[in-house]
Amino acid sequence: MADFVSEFWHWFIIVLTVGGLLAMFPLIILNRGDKPGGDPQTTDHTWDEDLQEYNNPLPGWWLNMFYITLVFSFAYLLLYPGLGRFPGFLGWTSLGQYEAERQAAEEKFGPLFNQYAAEDLKVLARNEEAMKTGERLYANYCAVCHGSDARGARGFPNLRDGDWLYGGAPEQIKTSILDGRNGAMPGWQAALGGEKGVFAVTEFVLSLSDREHNAQAAAEGKAKFQQLCVGCHGPEGKGNQALGAPNLTNRTWLYGGSQKTVMESIANGRQGRMPPHREFLGEDKVHLLAAYVYSLAAELEHE
Amino acid sequence: MSTQETYNYHVVRQFAVMTVVWGIVGMLVGVLIAAQMAWPVLNFDIPWLTFSRLRPLHTNAVIFAFGGSALFATSYYVIQRTCGVRLISDKLAAFTFWGWQTVIVLAALTLPLGITTSKEYAELEWPIDLLITVVWVCYAIVFFGTMVKRKERHIYVANWFYGGFILTVALLHVVNSAALPVSLTKSYSAFAGVQDAMVQWWYGHNAVGFFLTAGFLGIMYYFIPKQAERPVYSYRLSVVHFWALVFTYIWAGPHHLHYTALPDWTQSLGMVFSLVLLAPSWGGMINGIMTLSGAWEKLRHDPILKFLIVSVSFYGMSTFEGPMMAIKTVNALSHYTDWTIGHVHSGALGWVGFISIGAMYYLIPRLFDREIYSVKLIETHFWVATIGVVLYITAMWISGIMQGLMWRAVNADGTLTYSFVESVQAMHPYYIIRFVGGALYLTGMLIMGYNVGRTILGARPAEGSPMPAAAH
Repeated sequence: MADFVSEFWHWFIIVLTVGGLLAMFPLIILNRGDKPGGDPQTTDHTWDEDLQEYNNPLPGWWLNMFYITLVFSFAYLLLYPGLGRFPGFLGWTSLGQYEAERQAAEEKFGPLFNQYAAEDLKVLARNEEAMKTGERLYANYCAVCHGSDARGARGFPNLRDGDWLYGGAPEQIKTSILDGRNGAMPGWQAALGGEKGVFAVTEFVLSLSDREHNAQAAAEGKAKFQQLCVGCHGPEGKGNQALGAPNLTNRTWLYGGSQKTVMESIANGRQGRMPPHREFLGEDKVHLLAAYVYSLAAELEHE
Repeated sequence: MSTQETYNYHVVRQFAVMTVVWGIVGMLVGVLIAAQMAWPVLNFDIPWLTFSRLRPLHTNAVIFAFGGSALFATSYYVIQRTCGVRLISDKLAAFTFWGWQTVIVLAALTLPLGITTSKEYAELEWPIDLLITVVWVCYAIVFFGTMVKRKERHIYVANWFYGGFILTVALLHVVNSAALPVSLTKSYSAFAGVQDAMVQWWYGHNAVGFFLTAGFLGIMYYFIPKQAERPVYSYRLSVVHFWALVFTYIWAGPHHLHYTALPDWTQSLGMVFSLVLLAPSWGGMINGIMTLSGAWEKLRHDPILKFLIVSVSFYGMSTFEGPMMAIKTVNALSHYTDWTIGHVHSGALGWVGFISIGAMYYLIPRLFDREIYSVKLIETHFWVATIGVVLYITAMWISGIMQGLMWRAVNADGTLTYSFVESVQAMHPYYIIRFVGGALYLTGMLIMGYNVGRTILGARPAEGSPMPAAAH
């Protein structure tokens, strides 16, 4: 074990632990006193006018409790790791306990998720039993960012509005959950020549969704947009799901749609990160989650 | 009164009054953050009023300002009275008072500003840590210097505990606060990773073990026999439990890090020594409670004795609960839940708070040579505070165990039954009960403030008149 850089520390721990616990016995035995009985005697000292001490023997029940904890300690340290490098006769480790519990859970619950994983996502999304399980997974692993109602929050996409950054097909949703997504919008402040340029492009972007805008600035901004933004957001500003570039024409805003916030996005860029869940949850559970998230959007279609 | 003139009561008076003042302040902040847990809107969206910044202010104020002032006041009083000599240096004693109050004021300024090392109970940044070290060294010089000069041959048991507390806290503070400063308000710990965590909880648990236990056992060993007018139950018990307690406590820190990156062997040692700690802790409880044997009827009439004895009962309860929670399987349920908060507060409100309050009610009339303004108000304080503590800890027990059970509940399909936010929602009523309990405890402190204020500002008693609750 790498916990000990030398043999010395291994023995250091053992000597201090065992020695310390053993030292309790002479401490108790030498001070135990006689069996109770007779009138208690005070020690012959008096402090501060009237402070005195009786010298009653140690209570028997208390002594027994002390002995039991000491005996337990020795037994525990023989069975479990504690005395330096000595692993204990049970061979227990916390990592071993974790692996065993994990494996037991895998054996018990694995087949169910395995069975779900074989089903087509669209079919699975209509399986009520499966969607109940999906909902619990969602509540524990997704709700912190996307919200208990899946309507998202600033910087975290709404999953119920039918607007998808990386595509709303079941397989695309699964890929997003499985391997995560990295949204990277660069900052354009310098390239646009400062605030004036940022303002112009902002006005143009607002015009794309028929928002109130300064027509003259928007006309200026359009030229810059055609130069710098079309690569990702497309010539009409409808975005590109292959890159996760948002559609700018539909009034759905990930970071907020006020003129000020849009300027901020253009000037400084945005970094969005959906973490991957392949290792953490495993492919079977992600499959079920993808079906659940798809079912949320499907609900929308019925509404 | 002739002996009193030879003792330095000035510094004791200062610390005693500040004990009451800081008690009110620290508990007021506690009640506010308890309310924020139930109604987060009370953060007011003002950074220096958020829970994250006020919580360390609350813990520092109650532990080091309220508890610390009580320890300074009583230890300076007890060492003089039981050694039969005046403190060796009035100037150094005065420096410890003003130095300690400066530390507290600096804490009250820096913590709400978000200046913190983020080490629990050791949040203060390095310049304040240096000041603490200087004050503490002076405290040790005054205390042990006075002890050396004593006229009594034997050192009274209370002073063993005060001495152990002063020495160990010095060691804990210096080691855990070791850091590399990068600016006046920012430093990095000298330790990294799991070593840092281990040093932190070696400190953290012994802040409980030596600051909040050994020191306050010193208070218990003087004020219970004095108020009860009975000899201490057993000298030999005090010898055994003193040595067993100071030896064992120092090992118990790893139980704060069960099931973490800390090596298994370290966790086991922490658990084993925490269990062994049960008997030495109860030794103190037995000596406190049994001192009253043969004089139980005094409890009926004497509210100061009620505070002292109920305090020791809470001590016994907390020190049973602590070893139990240190057992790994129990800890797997209790860790990170409100159960821990309940456990801490049964110790802090019940044990530390009550023994300090009792000692102050004993001390203040004597220090100021006055009769207490109202014994009845002490009685009222006792009942209001007791109901407060009971509400607080039962709410946290229920909430904590419920949290632990909700977090581990699993459905037939293997998914977790509750999401985290559902457990937060379930705790809401208990947070309100906790707030009510805390508010009652604060009300008790305000009653004490009033009673103590009227006592100090009141007239001196006529020469030779008896002091009802304080005569001996």
